[in-house]
Amino acid sequence: MSKDETLGEALRRQGITRRGFLKFCAATASMMALPPSMVPAIAAALEKARRPSVIWLSFQECTGCTESLTRSHSPTVEGLIFDAISLDYHHTLQAAAGSAAEAAREAAMEENYGKYLLIVDGSIPLANPGYSTIAGISNLAMLEETAKGAAAVVSMGSCAAFGGIPKARPNPTGAVSVGDIVKDKPIINVPGCPPIPVVITGVLAHFLTFGTLPELDALGRPKAYYGQSIHDRCYRRPFYDKGKFANTFDDEGAKKGWCLYKLGCKGPTTYNACATTKWNEGTGFPIEAGHPCLGCSEPDFWDGGGFYKAISTPTGDVSKAAVYAIGAGAAAGLALGAMNRARRDKAVGEHEKVNIDDLEKGD
Amino acid sequence: MSATLERGIHAFKEVIDAPVASFFSSCVRCGLCAHACLFYTETEEPKYTPIYKLEPLRRVWREEYSFWGRLTKALGLSKPVTDDMLTEWETLVYDSCTMCGRCSMVCPVGNDIAYMVRKMREGMAASGHAPAGLIGATQRAVTIGSPMGVKLPALQAQIRHTEQDIGLPIPVDEVGAEYLLLLSSMEIMNFPEFIGAIAKIFNQAGVSWTISSEAFEATNSGIQIGVSDIAAELVERIVSAAEKLKVKSVISPECGHAYMAIRWEGPNLIGRPYSFKVVHILELLDDLREQGRLKTTGKETQRLTYHDPCQISRRGGVVKQPRNLLNMLAEDFVEMPESGTMNWCCGAGGGVSSNERADELRLKVFNRKKQQLDAIHPDAIISACSNCRIHLEDGLEEYGMDMPVLSLTETIAEHLAGSEQPGSKE
Amino acid sequence: MSETELLLWVRGPALQGATIIFLLGIAVRILEILMLGRKTDLAEARGSAVAGGLRTIISRSFAQRETLQRTAFTEVTGWIFHIGIFVTLLFFAPHILLFEEVLGLSWPALPTTVIDATTIVTIIALLAVLVHRIANRVTRFLSRFQDYLVWLVTILPMLTGYIAFHRVGLSPPMLIAIHILSVELLMVVFPFTKLMHAFTLFMSRYYNGAIAGYRGVNS
Repeated sequence: MSKDETLGEALRRQGITRRGFLKFCAATASMMALPPSMVPAIAAALEKARRPSVIWLSFQECTGCTESLTRSHSPTVEGLIFDAISLDYHHTLQAAAGSAAEAAREAAMEENYGKYLLIVDGSIPLANPGYSTIAGISNLAMLEETAKGAAAVVSMGSCAAFGGIPKARPNPTGAVSVGDIVKDKPIINVPGCPPIPVVITGVLAHFLTFGTLPELDALGRPKAYYGQSIHDRCYRRPFYDKGKFANTFDDEGAKKGWCLYKLGCKGPTTYNACATTKWNEGTGFPIEAGHPCLGCSEPDFWDGGGFYKAISTPTGDVSKAAVYAIGAGAAAGLALGAMNRARRDKAVGEHEKVNIDDLEKGD
Repeated sequence: MSATLERGIHAFKEVIDAPVASFFSSCVRCGLCAHACLFYTETEEPKYTPIYKLEPLRRVWREEYSFWGRLTKALGLSKPVTDDMLTEWETLVYDSCTMCGRCSMVCPVGNDIAYMVRKMREGMAASGHAPAGLIGATQRAVTIGSPMGVKLPALQAQIRHTEQDIGLPIPVDEVGAEYLLLLSSMEIMNFPEFIGAIAKIFNQAGVSWTISSEAFEATNSGIQIGVSDIAAELVERIVSAAEKLKVKSVISPECGHAYMAIRWEGPNLIGRPYSFKVVHILELLDDLREQGRLKTTGKETQRLTYHDPCQISRRGGVVKQPRNLLNMLAEDFVEMPESGTMNWCCGAGGGVSSNERADELRLKVFNRKKQQLDAIHPDAIISACSNCRIHLEDGLEEYGMDMPVLSLTETIAEHLAGSEQPGSKE
Repeated sequence: MSETELLLWVRGPALQGATIIFLLGIAVRILEILMLGRKTDLAEARGSAVAGGLRTIISRSFAQRETLQRTAFTEVTGWIFHIGIFVTLLFFAPHILLFEEVLGLSWPALPTTVIDATTIVTIIALLAVLVHRIANRVTRFLSRFQDYLVWLVTILPMLTGYIAFHRVGLSPPMLIAIHILSVELLMVVFPFTKLMHAFTLFMSRYYNGAIAGYRGVNS
């Protein structure tokens, strides 16, 4: 597809009907909680959209985010939208390698300076730049350089958004998030380990339509997808409210699909679209498969106290502390009590008899 | 040696035990004790809140027997108990408290506040903060043998008059009698008919009894002023007399605090159990009734109610007996609203009536008893404590109420069946 | 410190520290009381002290009819907030998990809607109690700084728990951290204040009943 072809032309060339295209626009509008009246505007914008340049930098990542996205890359409209961007640099998907790949990146940056979208997955190591390099260039240097000409930055996945698994204790690489490095560009955090595919396409569609970032929450995540907790939309919520919990993975409660709070579900503190939009094109999500939510779209979820420990449980050994406290308290109490008793008994021993002459104050 | 603040604080330190510590630890300042105390309900002055009366004792407990209190004291952050504070607390501990224990019945965390007031008085007295009237009464009790100054000749005179009136002998110093009767000065001076009533009843029932010329006083001023040393000395006199006369049982007469002193505090004051029993006269009379040895005729037809003396009923445990006797005696017996162990104090026990400074207050708070009476309109009140009787009479007069206050023992004697038989024994 | 780190600290070392102060303090205070001892009563008993003591531990929870007429407000609001605190503390599922983790015991939970309503009622009762403490001449006279501090550390876990459950205002991890912190504050303050009555009332009621029971009186 040529760079000068509009998105509309590209779609028609590939045989997407106007009807199919409008259906996609309607779905996108509804997922972003926009009214139906916006659909024509979305359609018009997308129709005329020229493929923006997108540079995808992969740092300390597992490639899971790419895997997630490409899992939905089937002959669906979402996949075709990806033809609607000019993905000028992506380690896994690009054909070029070596210096040719770097040259493509630099050319795209120069040609589209100030207008390209920078997507980053993976965290950036600060302890030693040598921990993660591309073509001999450290992640930190590449990020700083590439971000300079970007219109906006998308932190794809929890590693880029919050530091992710590399940042987990003890964080040997000194991993930080994109937001810790880039301070002067608009950043959209799209966390998840990995994020839901349709979330990124929705974000891109918003960007293409309006040229702006969607409304973000306090953690920089699009409210359209991260505005509600898993807990509030979970289909197992009635069991939580009734106090019916699975105690193990294969007990009666688990088989009956009861709430997984006791097994460590982080649904109450996790914001994502898993419970509504779901995964695998709406097939399901972890809780539906019987596994508690890990809280993977929240910062520091790896260090959040244990995947299988409920949020309300202590992370330290309180029982041991309690036993020591009672023991020490008993010892201290006996000692102090004995001292008190001795003092009291001494006072009694030193009692001076009070007789009738002692009842009035002397002068 | 005279009273000093140091001796007072020292006394506070001596009396604190596990119950006191648990009470102070548990108080949540809910204020319910105030609503159980007639000194608060009839004056609405918060300073009369029972637990507040103990504030100096609480401070000493905290500073001496709690880790945190000792620490704050060491750091100079605590407020010590001063002589001025004890002066301020005099009226709270002596004028507005009879140790009636009603507060102890309602405290939600179970504080026995009256128990603590009794202990606090040890420190108040040792530091010279007892009321002058009580000091005088105590001195008389020790030197003369009676807080009202009643000497043996006066008693002997009353005994002679009684013998003449009723035609029965009053045994004195009879070795081997079963019962030793004590008498309160109040009875001897103000209600001497009591002696005659006892003689008549015991004669009919065949009770072997005696009075001791060496220890006839029931009232224990040491308990009222709160000096255990003196209280013990007074108890020892009775114990010596009881042992000398080889009695099986000592009778506590119609006096509230006397019963508390001899029955419950006595052995603990002298540090050893008695070799005899102690009964309240009502207990003995009820026993006689049950054994069929007490025969009465006729019934009181006037509407009667019973005032429970606090130290006999709530703090003493003699609750059913007067009611058994009244059921025998009365046609129209009606309980006061809030009766038995929850009856309201008359307002004059525990030394209050010996304390002139408290006169106005105790008459004012009689209003509580008045309200009880107004609810049931009795023709007469019966009670079993002469101090209550005197004060009830004072109160009724103050409030313009015309109602006799009767003694239960005397009323029984009035209804005794058969004629008197002289010279009884056993 | 990030929110997650705060929440981890609160669930970890802070909770251990608070537990230590709480339990050590309670043990010391109870022993300080008990070891002062009580002299044996040498008078002849009329009734059983032990029976009286045990009886009063239970019976003192229930006011006598006449007293109730005079002090209904205190009795009723007292019942409400005490029961409310116990119900929300002991029968809310996430709390039961905490106890299971620490004590190894667990029991059925009440539905969250019931807990929610109970929390609101309890908060209202606690507010009413404060107003009464200030407005009533007796309690106003008796109350010290500590009484108001204790009120505050008691209502805070209820308020913060309610807000955390409904996730209003701050992020859920932050709200939960604040709630757990408020509980830790209560635990740390506990042994130094009248909150000890939760434990010492067993002793004070017992002594009261024992003294009276010895004399044959049901107190």
